[in-house]
Amino acid sequence: MSKSNFTRRGLLKTGAVSGAGLALPTIFTSAASAFTNEPTGGTVTLGFNVPQTGPYADEGLDELRAQELAVEHLNGMGDGGMLNTFSSQALEGNGILGKKVQFVTGDTQTKSDAARASAKSMIEKDGVTMINGGSSSGVAIAVQGLCQEAGIIFMAGLTHSNDTTGKDRKANGFRHFFNGYMSGAALGPVLKNAYGTDRRAYHLTADYTWGWTQQESIQASTEAIGWETVNNVLTPVGAGDFSSYITPVLNSGADVLILNHYGGDMVNSLTQAVQFGLRDAQANGKDFEIVVPLYSELMAAGAGENIKGVYGSMNWNWQLSDAGTQAFVKSFGEKYGRPPSNSAHTCYVQTLLYADAVTRAGSFNPCAVAEALEGFEFDGLGNGPTLYRAEDHQCFKDVLVMKGAENPTTEYDTLEIVEQTPVEQVMYEPNHPMFGGDEASLGECNDGA
Amino acid sequence: MKMLGLSNKDTRFLLIVIALTLLTPIILQPFPEGSSLAQFNAGYPDLMQRFAIFGIFAIGFNILFGLTGYLSFGHAAFLGVGSYSVVWMYKLLGYNVVPGILLAIVVSGLFALLIGFISLRRSGIYFSILTLAFAQMSYNLAYSVLTPLTNGETGLQVYTNDAQVLMGAGAPNSPHFFGIVMNESSKLNLGGWEFTFNNGYYFCAIVAILVFYLSLRIFRSPFGLMLRAIKTNQTRLNYTGLNARPYTLAAFVISGMYAGLAGALMASMDPLAGAERMQWTASGEVVLMTILGGAGTLMGPILGAGFIKYFENIFSKINDQVLHGWFAFLPDGLENFIIGVSHFFVGKSWHLTLGLLFMLVVIFLPGGLVEGGQRIARAFRNRKSKDDGAQARTQPAE
Repeated sequence: MSKSNFTRRGLLKTGAVSGAGLALPTIFTSAASAFTNEPTGGTVTLGFNVPQTGPYADEGLDELRAQELAVEHLNGMGDGGMLNTFSSQALEGNGILGKKVQFVTGDTQTKSDAARASAKSMIEKDGVTMINGGSSSGVAIAVQGLCQEAGIIFMAGLTHSNDTTGKDRKANGFRHFFNGYMSGAALGPVLKNAYGTDRRAYHLTADYTWGWTQQESIQASTEAIGWETVNNVLTPVGAGDFSSYITPVLNSGADVLILNHYGGDMVNSLTQAVQFGLRDAQANGKDFEIVVPLYSELMAAGAGENIKGVYGSMNWNWQLSDAGTQAFVKSFGEKYGRPPSNSAHTCYVQTLLYADAVTRAGSFNPCAVAEALEGFEFDGLGNGPTLYRAEDHQCFKDVLVMKGAENPTTEYDTLEIVEQTPVEQVMYEPNHPMFGGDEASLGECNDGA
Repeated sequence: MKMLGLSNKDTRFLLIVIALTLLTPIILQPFPEGSSLAQFNAGYPDLMQRFAIFGIFAIGFNILFGLTGYLSFGHAAFLGVGSYSVVWMYKLLGYNVVPGILLAIVVSGLFALLIGFISLRRSGIYFSILTLAFAQMSYNLAYSVLTPLTNGETGLQVYTNDAQVLMGAGAPNSPHFFGIVMNESSKLNLGGWEFTFNNGYYFCAIVAILVFYLSLRIFRSPFGLMLRAIKTNQTRLNYTGLNARPYTLAAFVISGMYAGLAGALMASMDPLAGAERMQWTASGEVVLMTILGGAGTLMGPILGAGFIKYFENIFSKINDQVLHGWFAFLPDGLENFIIGVSHFFVGKSWHLTLGLLFMLVVIFLPGGLVEGGQRIARAFRNRKSKDDGAQARTQPAE
């Protein structure tokens, strides 16, 4: 039924036209800049890619507040915040290398695909030289990979999985936040002092990459202090109802429940565990205890009363007393009327660190910036002396062990600092088996040229 | 003018579609760089690629939903399967996209055959629920259980220590089509305008035109007519002694292969496959695209896909900062009021705007955007014919 009417003349015509069409793009100017998105005018644009909708939206919005504040401080507005306490005094409050800092924002929706789409539009449309953000390890790893391919710098925000600077580490990606291994290493001795060496632990673990790496880390460090692991049950992400997972815990012979959950899942599982009377129960002749390895202020607020006396770890807390923390809390509080969360802190610091590295390198070229960040030692940004390790682009600094406060006075001090675990205790080798072993490599730095 | 077995009208239609697709980088960049309206430009590679890819996805979905009326809520599963196939081919063979795309079409076809064989035993809401269940199952498998195969939440990606046996020494280190690297573009600066012509977009666009032509042929074929008969009245069709299931199954498999192809192209543009590509929201999105544009029409789903992707990528990026820039000329009180109101419709609240528009379209234009276009065209034609009529009446009197 099909009727074809090709003629020689038609064919020649079509050939000529399509030939011209194919040749056309070659006359266009192709990008002549030395590296991806080289800023040529009087401004430079940074991309802030955070979850504004979805389960981690609260964390994302707090990150965005801190990023806006960082841009203000870089441009010399406001009181300068941590620029005054930062050990490197390269930044002068006149933008970055004299260029005024602008920013664009995007919504990751806590989905790798959406995050990459939004990051791509920042790179292709808005011409950003750096992307900062991410509030979930899956998203951070996906965006880090994208920045590596595109040839710009990725400054990770809240991402706690070992993989981000472990098996998925990238030459263009940097992480200031701590990780599952550090949580385990910091919590181990504290748990030993508080609960003794003869304990039996039961793990409930969010069934995805972050949950597994954290569970692995915590199990290793609790077994190192003599604890026994009774069971590890994987729970689906966003389950909402954890009662069927919590019921068997009491009769399992365990006397500690470790919740490897985050965000809304952690709020629900902890609340239900407390409602089931686990905290008042006795097992093996000891008080039953609950541990939440990764804490955040926003989760603590969600769980309310239930977190009293529960141990966990954090990257930073606004209640620290060093000069950097105080300067940051002051300017954040003045602008937004509340103390910053630890995810806000890490994003603020990452933005300053990037700007500082560009200034010290004297160039926006991502490879020059990466070189300036590698092995960089600094202080005055709230965590004490810190090292950006060259081998895996992970920051090494003290880790905070936290506990739910017994008598909180406001809604912001529901957590109290138990101990500042010194950095030596949470150090590990770059080729540690939990971090991809010898196979993990940063690859080559990519500047997109 | 007749071409490739199409009628005059369809040939013209196809040529218009081809022209629009090839000129997209210019059409979507109507505002000069640096102007305050440049925010609304959509002519950057990633978004244009998405237009073409989701257009393909929606065209395929329309073959099932638009023609047979079977509403599948699980098409995202095929999208995900397509992406995973391509990334595995990258890992095993190399960065040429061709083996991956072929494998993706085959695998998603087989997967659709399996799901369709089971789900098509029921129709209506039961069919929708069955497909939804299968897709959600695939998502959960990909997210955690099958992590060795899918790399779970992080998403499947290529590592430097992967085999890549067919990769030559000088081969590009990112997806390419026989040496044409997908993420390379040439730029054209004309006055204040900057146009980006991206290899990846043109690759997607040419594939989209091919599959659009295929869908046009299906719509006009006896097979397409049979599918329409199923939608109109399946019971009557059964009484005439026809077994409808082979036809619906064929339509299901074809549209599954379209979805697999779309997924494959997504991974061809961006070498990563994430599990949330298979989530039910992704399946729902293609349903929205098809209904918004106009189910059962050829052009509708493509328009719907473009519309939703535009909102997702452009409106979600308008933050308060940008609004302040636009309304800075107004007096302070008024400025803050306007920004306070628009705050609920842009940035993180883009879903709300999209939802409102979707409601408006469904209520006032049940046939989707295509119906809107037709109404406008008819209004023009009516006015024109009225003018003609007036002239016709007056002339004899002269």
